[in-house]
Amino acid sequence: MKRIDAIREIAAKAKESSSLLVANIGVPCKELYNVYDMPNNFYMLGSMGLASSIGLGLALSIPDKKVLTIEGDGSVLMNMGSLATIASFEPENYLLVIIDNGSYGSTGNQPTATSRNTDLAAIAKGAGNKKVCVVDDVQSLKKALLCMDYGIIVVKAIKGNSGADVIELNPEQIIDRFMDISSRPSQ
Amino acid sequence: MASSFEGNPTPTKLVFKGIKDAGIDFIVSVPCVNLSELITMVDTSCDIVHVPVTREEEGVGVCAGAYMGGKKPAMLMQNSGLGNSVNALASLNLLYGIPILMIISHRGVEGEPIIAQVPMGRLTTKLLDTMEIPYLIPENRAESADIILKAWNTARDMKKPVAVLLPILFWGQQE
Repeated sequence: MKRIDAIREIAAKAKESSSLLVANIGVPCKELYNVYDMPNNFYMLGSMGLASSIGLGLALSIPDKKVLTIEGDGSVLMNMGSLATIASFEPENYLLVIIDNGSYGSTGNQPTATSRNTDLAAIAKGAGNKKVCVVDDVQSLKKALLCMDYGIIVVKAIKGNSGADVIELNPEQIIDRFMDISSRPSQ
Repeated sequence: MASSFEGNPTPTKLVFKGIKDAGIDFIVSVPCVNLSELITMVDTSCDIVHVPVTREEEGVGVCAGAYMGGKKPAMLMQNSGLGNSVNALASLNLLYGIPILMIISHRGVEGEPIIAQVPMGRLTTKLLDTMEIPYLIPENRAESADIILKAWNTARDMKKPVAVLLPILFWGQQE
């Protein structure tokens, strides 16, 4: 399975469940934008590693809304402590999907540690997360997304990027339309 | 400097009062010995969501999510953690206009017993200046609650991070 195939399924789940959807830096953001752009999408353009943390902050702040985050293997490796913090709370409205293609796709497909010996699902479990599953084809991803509203799904994908177009929104536009749907602090 | 930080109530209670006055309702924390009582107070407060995080950069991300979820977020941290957060504060908070109140135990300054704290202690205000992040330092304990309120209001209005630096002499003999 290619990453964009996984993103297509995740976007469909987010749309169907009216979830807030946080997308990881780089090509995954662009692929989501091209597959299905909606105001519920937060395109994280910088701060590599923090998508799962932003999603956790959202989930803990608005328990009545579902939150989905798309992560990558290189990003999770950069902020592995997040898996422990998520495990400490296990919010029932937070689903983290890690697309593991064993490479830093946005910087030239350099291999990550998961292309060798590192097992992200085992790390997520070892961090204390109880609901963790691994899928490696579109059908099993569809099934996992249908069955799981929270927890962590590790999606094994092949490396490579699609020719997705650039996101034609600036950061202010991205956050403004997102916060119209998520929430705004009272003054 | 020492004399201006003497007297009651305790610095921890004043900082907590500032947090409450500012309406802060979401806090992430990475410990410092000077923050230990404050972290306990925050953790037991019914109207604050408290998320202990593993690293300050992670905390910046969690707070950004909380802000987009309608919360008023703050991070309790040591100034060493500013170094751990630089890219996130720039490419997340400054990029999107996301406020965060950083309540920082400023180590490595006058009264510091640990030599390893000194380099970051000296660099902290320079780093904040370089990043164009405003910071406030109370001149005495009595004004610390007001300073924290002012810092959050500045963060909210400017839509960017604002720091409150609380040096070793502010905390006194709390250990």
